[in-house]
Amino acid sequence: MADNKRIFIKGNEAISRGAMAAGLKCYFGYPITPQNDIPEFLSTELPAAGGEFVQAESEVASANMLLGAAAGGARAMTTSSSPGVSLMQEAISYLAGSELPAVIVNINRGGPGLGDIGSSQGDYFQSTRGGGHGDYRTIVLAPGTCQEGYDMMIEAFDLAFKYRNPVLVLGDAIVGQMKEPVTPWVPEKINNYGAEDWCLSGAKGRDKRLLKSLFLEDGALASQNIHLQEKYAALQAEARADVFACDDAELVVVAFGSIGRIVKSSIRRLRAEGHKVGLVRPLTLYPFPANVLEDLAKQGKKFLTIEHNCGQMVEDVRLSVRKYGDSDFHGHMPGNLPGSDDFVEPILARLGR
Amino acid sequence: MSAEQIVFEAPEIMIDRPTHYCPGCHHGIAHRLVGEVLTEMGLVDDTLCVGSIGCSVFIYNYLNVDAVEAPHGRAPAVATGLKRARKDKFVFTYQGDGDLASIGMAEIIHAANRGERISVVFVNNTVYGMTGGQMAPTTLIGQKTTTCPGGRCADREGSPIRMSEIIGGLGGTAYCERASLDSVKNIRRAKKAIRKAFEVQQQGIGFGFVELLSGCPTNWRMDAVAANKRITEEMIPYFPLGVYKDVTAEGGCECSESKEDK
Repeated sequence: MADNKRIFIKGNEAISRGAMAAGLKCYFGYPITPQNDIPEFLSTELPAAGGEFVQAESEVASANMLLGAAAGGARAMTTSSSPGVSLMQEAISYLAGSELPAVIVNINRGGPGLGDIGSSQGDYFQSTRGGGHGDYRTIVLAPGTCQEGYDMMIEAFDLAFKYRNPVLVLGDAIVGQMKEPVTPWVPEKINNYGAEDWCLSGAKGRDKRLLKSLFLEDGALASQNIHLQEKYAALQAEARADVFACDDAELVVVAFGSIGRIVKSSIRRLRAEGHKVGLVRPLTLYPFPANVLEDLAKQGKKFLTIEHNCGQMVEDVRLSVRKYGDSDFHGHMPGNLPGSDDFVEPILARLGR
Repeated sequence: MSAEQIVFEAPEIMIDRPTHYCPGCHHGIAHRLVGEVLTEMGLVDDTLCVGSIGCSVFIYNYLNVDAVEAPHGRAPAVATGLKRARKDKFVFTYQGDGDLASIGMAEIIHAANRGERISVVFVNNTVYGMTGGQMAPTTLIGQKTTTCPGGRCADREGSPIRMSEIIGGLGGTAYCERASLDSVKNIRRAKKAIRKAFEVQQQGIGFGFVELLSGCPTNWRMDAVAANKRITEEMIPYFPLGVYKDVTAEGGCECSESKEDK
């Protein structure tokens, strides 16, 4: 399928194709806008490639089917959009607690509640703070282009198996619904990081295996939580960001996903007019690329965080730069689709121009 | 000198340890029957168990098989994913009435309707056990629990749900039987029912379901003998024993009332 020839496809299809290139074996999902292109694409393509496609009775069921397939050691995923992902949080907590690898795609729409079907980044807190019950984190990747949607699916499965942890790919309606040229590729080797040594496969010739998140013995849960926190600390090595025109910048804008990409256009325009502005676009939202921002803060730069929500990632930016500075915030309300023009004035205002 | 002879051994799949269940609880018998059937069917090495919530969450401590723990009510969904990932393995869930008939109603209905090649052991004791005796969807009319202290009232709480009747009516169900653990005779029949529910998965025919009427002496506030008597006199009349669907039987689908007297 992926013969490295450029194809013109929607972000949702890029995500689907990226998942298949990553060795997707089992898909479970439930229809919700604006991500329906993903199950629609996979309902034909995945069975044709020998995989399993199940339209579940609910998002609750699809996330739990994901848990089962992950326990079986399969490369499995579910996709949904905001209200649906809320319903999946219990299973995601169990996946984290049981240390199972799984990929969950959220094509973020407007909220809270039923919200709308337009683009939003309102699920940042839910994605990066665990979202479900208990002390856990999910790895969160944030594609801003269709190509990144493709590439990050391959990365998501790799990270999920490397760390035995659920990985969330947080796209949005813009990324999911726009069409762009994408160059498909297939990884040379798929590394399951020894999943055959822990997954359920029948206890023939070995001790039985138990995948669980219930730890009742005195101290057992504490040990598990210490282990999980050590894993999350080790994850910091995976933090990544797209750093653009920051070297001589007076003001660094921090924006992620599709909004980061739109802001990049604003910044290119302002650069052309001679303004010293740069952009940090986090590619991993958890772990957050705090070091990148701290280094820039050390150089005395000012910060402006721009999000398609009422102010969520700005908290992580402030935590990252707190020893040396602070960050302003500009929120583009969900329910309105932004263009690069919308961010020029807010950036100029922070520059003091 | 006549040496003592062991004439009745535990199946190899059972782990030799004291159970945590209350005296008179039927989970021990149900575990044992499942273990015997898996052993007799030669499935010991190829079984994957999906545990659920409630007292029976610890089934994985008693069977020497690979297992995963599901959130409350979601075992049929977890089993669906597990079976799809491991088609060559035998996958079963073990669920109580609160788990399966209340919070997990959607998952059990749809897994059965899709004809998932999994088997479900449903232990119905008409009460929430581990959480301390609250009302279940299967609690009988007039039965007192901590959340219907005056006794369940149909007007207020609705009537007890009969799961085998529902599951037996679904397209993907290959075998559905209600059995009971209140007497030796019924325990023997229960084992056969478990075996049939397991065989339809092994044969790739469809979804297998076996309901086991069981006692919870602690939360019923009675001794073990009285609990067995209650199953016989109060539960079986409302939850008739019998086969509710068997696609392997001659003439295909069978949705019958109790076959006990035939």
